[in-house]
Amino acid sequence: MAARLVSRCGAVGAATYSSPLVSCRRWSGASTDTVYDVVVSGGGLVGAAMACALGYDIHFHDKKILLLEAGPKKVLEKLSETYSNRVSSISPGSATLLSSFGAWDHICNMRYRAFRRMQVYRSPLSSNKVHSLTKWEEAFPESSNFIFSYRVTVLYRSKAIRYTWPCPFPMADSSPWVHITLGDGSTFQTKLLIGADGHNSGVRQAAGIQNVSWNYDQSAVVATLHLSEATENNVAWQRFLPSGPIALLPLSDTLSSLVWSTSHEHAAQLVSMDEEKFVDAVNSAFWSDADHTDFIDTAGAMLQYAVGLLKPTKVSARQLPPSVARVDAKSRVLFPLGLGHAAEYVRPRVALIGDAAHRVHPLAGQGVNMGFGDISSLAHHLSTAAFNGKDLGSMSHLTGYETERQRHNTALLAATDLLKRLYSTSAAPLVLLRTWGLQATNAVSPLKEQIMAFASK
Amino acid sequence: MWGGGKLGSSGGWFLRVLGPGGRNTKAVRHLISSVVYVKNQLSWILQIKPGVFNEYRTMWFKSYRTTFSCLNRIKSFRYRWARLYSTSQTTVDSGEVKTFLALAHKWWDEQGIYAPLHSMNDLRVPFIRDNLLKTIPNHQPGKPLFGMKILDVGCGGGLLTEPLGRLGASVIGIDPVDENIKTAQCHKSFDPVLDKRIEYRVCSLEEIVEETAETFDAVVASEVVEHVIDLETFLQCCCQVLKPSGSLFITTINKTQLSYALGIVFSEQIAGIVPKGTHTWEKFVSPETLESILESNGLSVQTVVGMLYNPFSGYWHWSENTSLNYAAHAVKSGVQEHPMSAEFAFKGETEELQANACTNPAVHEELKK
Repeated sequence: MAARLVSRCGAVGAATYSSPLVSCRRWSGASTDTVYDVVVSGGGLVGAAMACALGYDIHFHDKKILLLEAGPKKVLEKLSETYSNRVSSISPGSATLLSSFGAWDHICNMRYRAFRRMQVYRSPLSSNKVHSLTKWEEAFPESSNFIFSYRVTVLYRSKAIRYTWPCPFPMADSSPWVHITLGDGSTFQTKLLIGADGHNSGVRQAAGIQNVSWNYDQSAVVATLHLSEATENNVAWQRFLPSGPIALLPLSDTLSSLVWSTSHEHAAQLVSMDEEKFVDAVNSAFWSDADHTDFIDTAGAMLQYAVGLLKPTKVSARQLPPSVARVDAKSRVLFPLGLGHAAEYVRPRVALIGDAAHRVHPLAGQGVNMGFGDISSLAHHLSTAAFNGKDLGSMSHLTGYETERQRHNTALLAATDLLKRLYSTSAAPLVLLRTWGLQATNAVSPLKEQIMAFASK
Repeated sequence: MWGGGKLGSSGGWFLRVLGPGGRNTKAVRHLISSVVYVKNQLSWILQIKPGVFNEYRTMWFKSYRTTFSCLNRIKSFRYRWARLYSTSQTTVDSGEVKTFLALAHKWWDEQGIYAPLHSMNDLRVPFIRDNLLKTIPNHQPGKPLFGMKILDVGCGGGLLTEPLGRLGASVIGIDPVDENIKTAQCHKSFDPVLDKRIEYRVCSLEEIVEETAETFDAVVASEVVEHVIDLETFLQCCCQVLKPSGSLFITTINKTQLSYALGIVFSEQIAGIVPKGTHTWEKFVSPETLESILESNGLSVQTVVGMLYNPFSGYWHWSENTSLNYAAHAVKSGVQEHPMSAEFAFKGETEELQANACTNPAVHEELKK
């Protein structure tokens, strides 16, 4: 009795099935549908990696896995000359996951760049307050195609239009599986549906899972930039401007990727202005020293002096951000930013991973890494469940995944949101707080290492 | 229900009722007007009204073990009156059948009354799987138990049968309650893979002993031995259907004061974790009793380990303490059966009487070695 009260009550779940679709239907016909063990809906970075991770898992050798992707099949025979403007930074934890199913080698053979440090700063470069974070080892500049193992069936150009959930209470002759109907009318049944279909997830909406979300009044502009001179280019730069952070991620000796989060109007201007003006805007964003107050500078210098007394720091050679010469034609794109977090990651026979579960500001480069973290956790739980002969859609191991990931992701989402708000303000007390806070974090290296470790998982 | 009596390990006799299976057992009972038993240790003679002869075939066999007949006649005379009006000597308790009949449709609700049994799978499936994997030299990835034939006695709704099927084994699940088998059959029919690997039958263990002697690599009797009437017969039957060196897995509840307090009073009456009337404390089996019966039947006990249920989290845990629930793994000796073993069976009976009288820890220790 106590267990029923405390445990995830199936009855409560049933009561909140508020989806517009039929939530319980006796599926008497269609017993000739293929029954898949796992269907992954959404073939982006995270969905594809999930399908690969499962296909590669030893305990899934005789299980049937299906990946549904709405887009067309991309056959990449040779790399194009130009770099794509979709760039993701991969943490060491994600790299481990990708190498576990052999995808990392393919990525390394295509396009990737390691960066050793990330310099984060707010104030002008003339002041001494550039904080370096020894962060991720590798960055990977192109959204690549994953090579699938033969155990995964992939259907391109297939968009699910209807999901039918099984009855929450087991009934004698109704199918216990999830039914998926595609746009072309074909149907499948599956024991577990994994939603990896982005922040406007159809799976999440169909399941009726509530999503806590708000839009930032910001859009991000991405572009591929040519640097004015070839350098070693292994440092990522991020500056917090009042309108939003601007970041430069290294792609090669002469190329870097730009991610500039700013207000909607400014972003629209940036995308539509001609290339020279755009380059000037980027350079001045990194180099200008407008808009700082002496008060804050003095306060910051005081703390720096105090820290210097307690803990003598090595004076490292100051590095300066590279200056930009040109921008690749047609590489400027903008997309709106927001925060989103699903109230539940799992329901009976459904799990959400990646952006379907959580959407974050790109300032910390955590979006896809949280998705990869979701994959490694879910794949681990499913693997154990398969080895125990369990029904893959059973809530007992799905809630284990949800608890593990919600704890991690909520903290990271909250921290990223806090950083974003903190750096958007120019109210003096908050500015002082963040200046001192950042300096203190920089000085206390165990704390900094803890934060980096958490972010790199 | 028809059933075998004391099946001696000589296996010299058997009684079989062939027909449409267990579904018509109730009908059969009505058709029997008189039953006469002549029971020595190893044989039965059963008479049925001629009217039903064309529907049900019976075979009468006499045992050749007449040397023990004098002793056994005394025994049979003692029981004769009692049995004159009962239709069978079987390990199935009809009271238990009624209890489980009422709950037959609730098996597959994972948060329902059978939730503790669902979460017990997290312990018992790895227990069975790992002990069986030790006997398989190279197992296939994805189907570790491929090629194993397993019998799940008292399978209920198939809660343990299905995971074993998913791991690649071919499983036969038997249960005397036919509603349970219906539920189990229906549930597995939706999964094409399981449909092929699992077979369900409504019968008791004794009914299939002859046709399935020495055919199973493993027999699983999980949460069953505390519901049977004649434990010794039950375990003898388990032993008979096992191949030499086959494994027997049992999970059950210990007979202690703690198990009365927590297992009956708290679980059934106070907290409602287990439906009222499911368990009878008198039928709980202590590990010592179990071990002595197993050893006397040629099964060597490999592991006895305790299990604890946390009603607040809903999860089970392994434990050193066997005073509540426990799991046991025994292995049948690899020696083929021979006539000499009848004496062991007789010896086993006297030992069992002694063991029942006093669970002597010294004896238990000795048996453990």
